[in-house]
Amino acid sequence: MRVHLKIWRQKNARTEGAFAEYDLDNVSHEMSFLEMLDVLNEQLISGGQEPVAFDSDCREGICGMCGVMINGEAHGPQRGTATCQLHMRKFSDGAHITVEPWRSRSFPVNKDLSVDRSALDRIIEAGGYITAPTGSAPEANLIPVPKEVSDAAFDAAACIGCGACVAACPNGAANLFTAAKIAHLNLLPQGQPERWSRVVRMVETMEDHFGSCTNYGECQAACPKEISIDYIAYMNRDFVKAQLKNRRLIAQRG
Amino acid sequence: MTTETVHQTISGNGIGQNGSSSRLNARIPAGPIESKWDTHKFNMKLVAPHNRRRFEIIIIGTGLAGAAAAATLGEAGYNVKTFCYQDSPRRAHSIAAQGGINAAKNYRNDGDSVMRLFYDTIKGGDYRSREGNVYRLAQESVNIIDQCVAQGVPFAREYGGLLDNRSFGGAQVSRTFYARGQTGQQLLLGAYQALARQIALGTVQSYPRHELLDVIVHEGRAVGVVVRNMITGEIASHTAHAVVLATGGYGNVFYLSTNAKGCNVTAIWRAHKRGAFMANPCFTQIHPTCIPASDEFQSKLTLMSESLRNDGRIWVPLDPTDSRSPDRIPEPERDYYLERIYPAFGNLVPRDVASRAAKRMVDGGRGVGPLKNGVYLDFSDATARLGRNVIEERYGNLFEMYERITGENPYYTPMRIYPASHYTMGGLWVDYNLMSTVPGLFVAGEANFSDHGANRLGASALMQGLADGYFVLPYTLADFLAGNLGQKVVPVDHPAVKKVEAEARDRTKQLLSINGTKSPEWYHRALGKIVWDYCGMGRDAQGLQKALSEIPALREDFYRDLRVLGDGDEMNQSLEKAGRVADFIEFAELMCRDALQREESCGGHFRTEHQTEDNEAKRDDDNYAFVAAWEWQGQGKTQTLHKEVLDFEYVHPTQRSYK
Repeated sequence: MRVHLKIWRQKNARTEGAFAEYDLDNVSHEMSFLEMLDVLNEQLISGGQEPVAFDSDCREGICGMCGVMINGEAHGPQRGTATCQLHMRKFSDGAHITVEPWRSRSFPVNKDLSVDRSALDRIIEAGGYITAPTGSAPEANLIPVPKEVSDAAFDAAACIGCGACVAACPNGAANLFTAAKIAHLNLLPQGQPERWSRVVRMVETMEDHFGSCTNYGECQAACPKEISIDYIAYMNRDFVKAQLKNRRLIAQRG
Repeated sequence: MTTETVHQTISGNGIGQNGSSSRLNARIPAGPIESKWDTHKFNMKLVAPHNRRRFEIIIIGTGLAGAAAAATLGEAGYNVKTFCYQDSPRRAHSIAAQGGINAAKNYRNDGDSVMRLFYDTIKGGDYRSREGNVYRLAQESVNIIDQCVAQGVPFAREYGGLLDNRSFGGAQVSRTFYARGQTGQQLLLGAYQALARQIALGTVQSYPRHELLDVIVHEGRAVGVVVRNMITGEIASHTAHAVVLATGGYGNVFYLSTNAKGCNVTAIWRAHKRGAFMANPCFTQIHPTCIPASDEFQSKLTLMSESLRNDGRIWVPLDPTDSRSPDRIPEPERDYYLERIYPAFGNLVPRDVASRAAKRMVDGGRGVGPLKNGVYLDFSDATARLGRNVIEERYGNLFEMYERITGENPYYTPMRIYPASHYTMGGLWVDYNLMSTVPGLFVAGEANFSDHGANRLGASALMQGLADGYFVLPYTLADFLAGNLGQKVVPVDHPAVKKVEAEARDRTKQLLSINGTKSPEWYHRALGKIVWDYCGMGRDAQGLQKALSEIPALREDFYRDLRVLGDGDEMNQSLEKAGRVADFIEFAELMCRDALQREESCGGHFRTEHQTEDNEAKRDDDNYAFVAAWEWQGQGKTQTLHKEVLDFEYVHPTQRSYK
């Protein structure tokens, strides 16, 4: 099959970018979308043009390194699928495909399709963990966790941190990413001691870096792991509760 | 060079008490195996809490071993710097491990114990690993599960709230803890989150999108690293009291593998060229259950967790010309060859055995699929027995992944699988303390050679990465550092540092200035084909000799005709790739040389000249029960082989049998 590509090219964060157009013949249906870009890059190199920079690593949909806007959709047209797992059989022969980097003020472009998502790490550093110094853990089966709770925590923990939720959000909000980590930890018994401080610190850090959520729901539709927007409600509820909990603590301290 | 000259070179070196080279002191503690590690922990020196902040530690790689070590050492009070090539420490390739992590908890009451996990690992490794190291690994396995649960890793649970287990290849007990098909992801996120906490506290400085270009060795010690900022192109040095390489394996030497695209040999190869011995590079693992390649553009292969073999049955049509769709082939016309040949272990034989059996089927013309390059992995019996819900619960995400890649639904059509390069047991030689032959240079996780011998059992890579990072390095690094209290780090403007940095800059400039016609990707594919053909699942002297003549020629062509566009002082993925491929080419030569000198078959190393009557690996314990550790002698010269002879006191080598 043949495809016509319109790809965002940008030298670095300080320069302006623009679209460039390329035609690619001999694309196979079995190819992944990123293998199609590999082929384009080989073609560009042999023609003496610089290849398109894009991020990818595991190419199994789990590391979260890849991710581009494909015809305006984060990770492209297939639901629940990261860019690396999207295959060309989802496109028709002669398709026009527009490829852009994640579009968000919080994700500056490094080059072409590669962006800087380090703001997501700042949110985890603010409280996305359970404090458990190595060696201090009790025997594992001393902490029974109801299967339903464990499963719900897992559904949230499946987040790969790719940033598609931010890219898809008209406000550039990172609420789905943040809520997924909060829910994973706050649902579990091990996460209870830090539950209220965690949600406050993570939400505040999130707001320092990202836009505000107004319930568009685009994040859930774009998420390659199909993480539910319900977790945002869970986060909001815990955030509100935390205000009361913290106030009570202040009162107790006199 | 021929194997004879290799042996000649060995005789030039001193030989220690048990026949090992005097250059290799494994420092295995004396005493009964059950107490070696405890005794050693007591005998090792400590660094008091108030002195820890005086030490700087550099950790390269943030996978399970690197992130676990960084989080633990940061928590303990050391100053740690971590570097990774990904844009966040959370993305290291440990994340892609699917099936699970072994631990000798005996929660199933089915006869497991530390001794049994130790035994299974030594046997699974085909008696080419160290008893002392493996026993310690089995001991620490139980602590890992405790630690991970405390961190909030959502392991699979029973309805009563207790932890669930599954069985895995190479074991007759259920000892594998798992988190759906994403165990590696959840364990890595646990370690990453612990690391993130230390980053916020300031004990760890994280440098994502930084790639190691060289290791700085000064006055016989590792004192730092040269790294390149992959966004700005800036090349800079960092110095420390100790350097830890936790940079994973070299499976991408085959080009097509289940490794992430960025996985590379550069860190351990650079360290090798600075004096660290490379051990058993020919021990590579070919994983039996990957999705077969679909066309020539394939950039990587995807693994389907080995856990699928718990419920899936592997078969090929009895008749090689049978072109019917699998559901139309009646039961008597199917050959469930693993169940037939290995009735005791059936579909759960170890990886090397399963891989070679699949290769024999495909080579014999009985492969399935459009390219006849796979075997079936069929879930119809398990679905009938357990119901679709149970299958979905156990493997749902794997089935979805398979369907995304192939367009076929494994609930209705059997999966097609074929072996692919997956893990590398070889790596830098380390002693019991995980220190390489360069003092101050430690190596953890897949990057070292230590625990898996010639074949790794499933669900043991995560165990080793975390054992090294959480529970071994924090003790052994302290022991090393304690002797260096008061010593200052080498300043980054020291001439010895500047010299290594200048060499790294020159190499980068050289890659950019060749201005030839072929891309780094082209060379990587060409190399991969040579290595897969001659040093893959089956190896023989003739093929290896051929590889040893083709690889240097490819290297020569690389430095004559490589094309890297763009500049060095910006993000340049071709340049990154070119540097990695250059190192893979040099490494591949050593890998083939190691395979050639090892005139036996063991584990993943299958020399077709050395097999039993029924096509199993035939070891030669009299002559090859040693670790091959290679010493760099300079560019263009052949490495020297040193032998560490392996002693088996507790598990006596026998012909492995899974029948």
